[in-house]
Amino acid sequence: MSKMIMTVDDSASVRQMVSFTLKDAGYEVVEAVDGRDALKKIPGLTVHMVITDLNMPQLDGIGLIKELRADAKFKFTPILMLTTESQAERKQEGKSAGATGWIVKPFKPEQLVATVKKVLGC
Amino acid sequence: MLDQHRETFVQEANDLLRELEESLLDLEEKSTDQELIGSIFRALHTIKGSGSMFGYDKLATFTHEIETAYDLVRSGGLSVTRILVDSTLSACDEIRGMLTDDEDRSGALSDAQTAIVEGFRNLLKNTHSDKPSAPTPDAVVVDAEVNSDELQHECTYRVRLTPSPDLFSNGTNLLPLFEEMQGLGTCRITAQVENIPRLQELDPEACYTFWDIAINTDRGQNAIRDVFIFVEDRCRLEISVIDSMEREADGKGYLKLGEILVQRGDLSKDNMQDILSQQHRFGELATEAGIIDHGKIESALQEQQLVREARDKRATVEQASTIRVPAERLDSLINMVGELVTVQSRLTQVANSSHSQAILQVAEDVERLTAELRDNTMSIRMVPIGSAFSRLRRLVRDLSQELGKEIDLLTEGAETELDKTVIERLNDPLVHLIRNSVDHGIQNPQVRTAAGKPSRGTIRLSACHSGASVQVTVSDDGQGLDLETIRLKAIEKGLIAPDALLSEREVFALVLLPGFSTAQKVTNVSGRGVGMDVVKKNIDSLQGTIEISSKQNIGTTITLKLPLTLAIIDGLLVRVANEFFVVPLTSIEECVELKLSDVKRASGQHITVIRGELVPYVRLRELFGIDEALQAAEQIVITRVEGNRVGIMVDEVVGQHQTVIKPLGRYYKHINEVTGCSILGDGTIALILDLAKVVKSAARAEAANYENVQAGSV
Repeated sequence: MSKMIMTVDDSASVRQMVSFTLKDAGYEVVEAVDGRDALKKIPGLTVHMVITDLNMPQLDGIGLIKELRADAKFKFTPILMLTTESQAERKQEGKSAGATGWIVKPFKPEQLVATVKKVLGC
Repeated sequence: MLDQHRETFVQEANDLLRELEESLLDLEEKSTDQELIGSIFRALHTIKGSGSMFGYDKLATFTHEIETAYDLVRSGGLSVTRILVDSTLSACDEIRGMLTDDEDRSGALSDAQTAIVEGFRNLLKNTHSDKPSAPTPDAVVVDAEVNSDELQHECTYRVRLTPSPDLFSNGTNLLPLFEEMQGLGTCRITAQVENIPRLQELDPEACYTFWDIAINTDRGQNAIRDVFIFVEDRCRLEISVIDSMEREADGKGYLKLGEILVQRGDLSKDNMQDILSQQHRFGELATEAGIIDHGKIESALQEQQLVREARDKRATVEQASTIRVPAERLDSLINMVGELVTVQSRLTQVANSSHSQAILQVAEDVERLTAELRDNTMSIRMVPIGSAFSRLRRLVRDLSQELGKEIDLLTEGAETELDKTVIERLNDPLVHLIRNSVDHGIQNPQVRTAAGKPSRGTIRLSACHSGASVQVTVSDDGQGLDLETIRLKAIEKGLIAPDALLSEREVFALVLLPGFSTAQKVTNVSGRGVGMDVVKKNIDSLQGTIEISSKQNIGTTITLKLPLTLAIIDGLLVRVANEFFVVPLTSIEECVELKLSDVKRASGQHITVIRGELVPYVRLRELFGIDEALQAAEQIVITRVEGNRVGIMVDEVVGQHQTVIKPLGRYYKHINEVTGCSILGDGTIALILDLAKVVKSAARAEAANYENVQAGSV
């Protein structure tokens, strides 16, 4: 069974690119437009990994990470955050909140897949 | 694909700009509304971030400046003024302009744009902010692969990874990281478990283990650090060099076990001296005395062993005295040699027609040297196939264990040399064939014993040269293919008619058709619908052929015939009217002459009789629409395509022709029947035929023709 990854981003183009790349690499992908949307969708799913943007309306990435870590079901689920080079403090905040790793935007499709494999293992 | 994402991005950015403008207008009235400021910042941030993802570098740099200002507004460091809103609105107009400018996505900013950026910088200057706006160095990406190509000396490193107990609480899994380490080089990993408390005190979510890793790699220390980049905040990572070529050259011997332990800080010097004075085996004594944990001794021994192995390996490598060269340089060398061969054959032609003894002499010398140069250059790219074999040994071991089978893998001819590209591209098909043999071919030990076979199965993997090609065979002593099952399955899938009469060979060839899989149950190992057709596609792309033979209950043998290299092709040059074609020599069986009377006897059908066997043929003249006067006799090149004999009818067989393959330009990508071309001595172009495709399209044309005739006669 292929692993399911949730991509959370308010930018449709980034979501589309992440989703396209990961599906191409053999993963199942579900999309959410922000933290709140993610929290609404995730309970019914078996999600093996979450990839989230940090700046989003409603509930931002850091908030989402905190919420997920507080939930026993997602306590150990790998979470990657999408950051930009200029967001050093936000990245630190995300790490303290419990993010497993990060990908710096802009990234190439193969870098995304490599990072996902680094964290998921397959 | 990128274009499609780009379109989505442009659409999205335009939507964001519209929202941004509205928010800006609202902001003029409610200048302290945090929610508004937040949404403006987010919109700018998204435009910047996504812009740089899709190649709008100019736009990203520009937007970054404005975003910086709003970051400051958000944190209260800059207040909203009329000037700020005005400048942002004109910045929006510029961004919109940049979105439509597809030509210049990454050039320099225009004067107007620079002026806006300057305006924003001035606004920031007045705030004495401690956050200067740096131009975006957005290209730095965290990835272990980035450093991988740096040429470093091979060194042996000692790595100790001590995670903090809460390591797992952020979803970290260390296993993939250890696997990544194994990808860097030869690696020994020892888990140290001495800190695991008694069960009553154990927190199941905490990490008590730490790891000692000895690794031998040429990728450098940074590559090792990069592996652990996501966990370094929650771990102590110590890396040190323990052995290198320099150390060896300095005449430093192996470290003794005690010395390693002292160096690592696991044992004090005094304790070491104490133990040494007793003159027994160090490790045993140290453990017995309870001074040091068994795991630590174990990992120190591993490390010692690794250094020893690395040195041994280096010694053998040094004897062979090799240098490493990037593959691209070889490719460009081969390309140039290819050009040289073409020029040389032109020279020979010119010399022949000049009748000047002096020039003929020179041309002959050049010809001889060029041939030597070409052979030498080709041989540089040749590597033994053994490297591909050794990876399969591990595969067989793991798979057979997983399936509860006992299987030996025997290899022969590991020293057979092939072009590096061919070997690389051969790996996937080989893995697939071996998987098939392990999963479907070899039965369980009980079944084998019942059938009177030894309980251990054998898979034989061998390679040998045969002429200008290499033959790789994978054979197993398993249950063999069941002709009847294959036939039924093919009928069920509509691949053949229920009453079709097929030879054994033809039945086996059915297995290679897309979507054919006879596995009763889908297992982890094989049988997921990607079957032998993928193998065939891979082998086809290598200009190779695949043949299956099998005896029920005795075993299956799959023979792959591959060209030595993809850069040159051994072919037969043929002519149809004024056009020249090259037929790959590997698939040719013989050449025969066809008389006009033979054609008449077949009453218009493209079939001839060769030594009593009916052989269909393809007329290149018809296939390629060459209509020039026909000769009295034509020649047929008999080839074997996908296990069947098929003739290729041409006007004249010119002769054997070894040639460098030139790719066709992208305008000709849609032409399937031709894989590339070759330039003849006089500058004429000869097209290299893809026989399988030629036969397929001829068959299609024939079928269409037949239907027309049928329709006409009704």
